Amino acid sequence: MTRITVTVDGTSYSDEVEPRMLLVHYLREVVGKTGTVIGCDTSNCGACTVHLDGRSVKSCNVLAVQADGHEVTTIEGLSQNGELHPMQQAFHECHALQCGYCTPGMIMQAIDVLNDNPDPSEEEIRVGLEGNLCRCTGYHNIVRAVQQVAGQGETSGARS
Amino acid sequence: MIPASFDYVAPTSVAEALTALAEAGDDAKVLAGGQSLLPILRMRLNAPEKVVDLGRIEELRGVREDGDHLVIGAMTTYADALASAAVSEHAAVLHAALKEVADPQIRHRGTVGGALVHADPAGDVGAPALALGTEFVITGSGGERTVAASDFFQDLFETAVAEGELLTAIRIPKHTGWGGHYEKFVRVAHQWSIVAVAATVRVDGGTIAEAAIGLTNMGSTPLRATAVEAALVGASASDEAIREACAAAAEGTDPPSDLNGSADYRRALAPVLTRRAVLAAAGG
Repeated sequence: MTRITVTVDGTSYSDEVEPRMLLVHYLREVVGKTGTVIGCDTSNCGACTVHLDGRSVKSCNVLAVQADGHEVTTIEGLSQNGELHPMQQAFHECHALQCGYCTPGMIMQAIDVLNDNPDPSEEEIRVGLEGNLCRCTGYHNIVRAVQQVAGQGETSGARS
Repeated sequence: MIPASFDYVAPTSVAEALTALAEAGDDAKVLAGGQSLLPILRMRLNAPEKVVDLGRIEELRGVREDGDHLVIGAMTTYADALASAAVSEHAAVLHAALKEVADPQIRHRGTVGGALVHADPAGDVGAPALALGTEFVITGSGGERTVAASDFFQDLFETAVAEGELLTAIRIPKHTGWGGHYEKFVRVAHQWSIVAVAATVRVDGGTIAEAAIGLTNMGSTPLRATAVEAALVGASASDEAIREACAAAAEGTDPPSDLNGSADYRRALAPVLTRRAVLAAAGG
């Protein structure tokens, strides 16, 4: 077992973990952040995307011990004072989901896309989301939601 | 899917990492960015007793200029190398290839050195590194040695890095003023190359003065398309001349057959992709 200290959504956690534990399992099973979901378990689908020190990563492809001393933001850490993050609000307004399973990862990656490029073209949004799969194939409204946020000039996550 | 149990150590210097590797013998795996290793461990294709994580070794990160060379630390992420103005100015073909690696999340974690040592023939960094005449700095208990690109890639997933050694940096001769393009052929987003071509050329007054072509997934290692390079030098940077020179792109290759395409299909792709890559690199 290895002791790790990780800041998750602004709160510091210190736990003994097995080195083989994946970050996504740590977040869900130890910290209780079940908003981050496991989709494919093969690092393809992006459903488990979180921010590690402000950059998007697939949390099924990072060990919890690699996050020791670092800062993680999950989908659960985006809203502030009961207000949805602008990207969450835009997904809601644009109906950017069907079954909703890809949504947590899609929103985390969409925020990263705009952090990287506040004024992306439609093509740049689609390329920026290429590591996130929506098996309902509802990409059109997802892209619209990102465009809506970019149009508002809201470019960054509260803590990301 | 969960990896088998392993001991974990995260040294903070190259010297400590070498000691950890020496202690573990052949049951150790080196963890760089983990974007290839973690899927392998999760699927239990490999179950090392010890994992040596290089992620805490700051001296292995970053891009710097050293005279007429670019030096990229082995633990520099794809994203950081992509953001480096020095890489886009002096190694345009590497910059172009980095844009095509996997997806943004993978590029934030995966490292240039990790990918080169993993040496997947469908990986996107090997071919541009080969085309640029990269020197590989390998460190072991006996000190540092430098291996030429032509000697680095030895076979499928095999490089000149021996047990107990680490790739610590790559040195790329600056290709300032050279155009570069990476033409990657895939069927769906963020996948491994079926075939890809790394082309870098220097055009002087409408004529190709120098050219280097690296091929991805046309054999068990990245390959140089030497026949094409020879045919390009002195040719006009025109569509017709480039098309003719690139016809020999599959010469001397031994591409795999798999679900994505037969060896013959890949041999047919290579000249097409090479022509596109060279045209783009030449500014056409």
